[in-house]
Amino acid sequence: MNNTGSLKISAQGDREIMMTRVFEAPRRLVFEAFTKPELVKRWLLGPPGWSMPVCEMDVRVGGTYRWVWRHDSKGTEMGVSGVYREIVPPERIVSTEKFDHAWYPGEALGTVVLTEQGGKTTLTQTLLYESREARDGVLQSPMEQGVAASYDRLAEIVAAQLAGGN
Amino acid sequence: MGYGQTTSAGLDTTFAALADPTRRAILARLASGEASVSELAKPFAMSQPAISKHLKVLEQAGLISRGRDAQRRPRRIEGRPLADASGWLEGYRKFWEGSFRRLDALLDELKTSGKKKRKPRAHRKRGNKR
Repeated sequence: MNNTGSLKISAQGDREIMMTRVFEAPRRLVFEAFTKPELVKRWLLGPPGWSMPVCEMDVRVGGTYRWVWRHDSKGTEMGVSGVYREIVPPERIVSTEKFDHAWYPGEALGTVVLTEQGGKTTLTQTLLYESREARDGVLQSPMEQGVAASYDRLAEIVAAQLAGGN
Repeated sequence: MGYGQTTSAGLDTTFAALADPTRRAILARLASGEASVSELAKPFAMSQPAISKHLKVLEQAGLISRGRDAQRRPRRIEGRPLADASGWLEGYRKFWEGSFRRLDALLDELKTSGKKKRKPRAHRKRGNKR
């Protein structure tokens, strides 16, 4: 599926989305970057133009987190909260994930696994959804069906309609 | 992630409508031009009522609309919800790509400051010094 740069996103089984990424750093540091709010605030910002006004994290089993992002010029906000289920330094973080405006039913269970080899860390982040429908809903996109020809035309039409201010 | 611009209810409906292969095929057919119910029913070896059911779902999701011709009532594709749905996924990927690129830079910084602080590499216990 998506494979831009070294980020890979793919469907896994019936209800999961898996994402992998390699970092040029020992996992101890990657783990810190995922669990210390003062560090999370500095990188978990998405594409340029977003900031993270709320980054509250009580990193212990049963503790909660709350993240809110804001698009600086549009002013749109998006928030997510959840509960930590497992914390195993420096290799594993399991937490629930529920967006304020979720586009899929239920909540997702996120598992971050860090493995280290030769000073590099491989991050595997799995999101387990409550149903196959929820997972497919997240992944589904006409642009990515690979049913190439007709969908390419579809994309052209969409683009044309948008360009026409529809 | 959310990316705020679209309502989640709208996306839910869009994704639900797109979850069915027949409906995706209908959209693909309509992408090449508008078509009546009977024209749409032909390639699918389905009854017109069955096709009509799918069309209703697509219509409710705002993915298709009906043309003006009163007799044929041709269906045509509507681009906006599809653009929103694919824009969302694109956003999801961009979100993590952008974030991880920043994390790369942050990790470099942590590695450098770690080396400085940690010299010499003695058996120092965690929490000894902040």
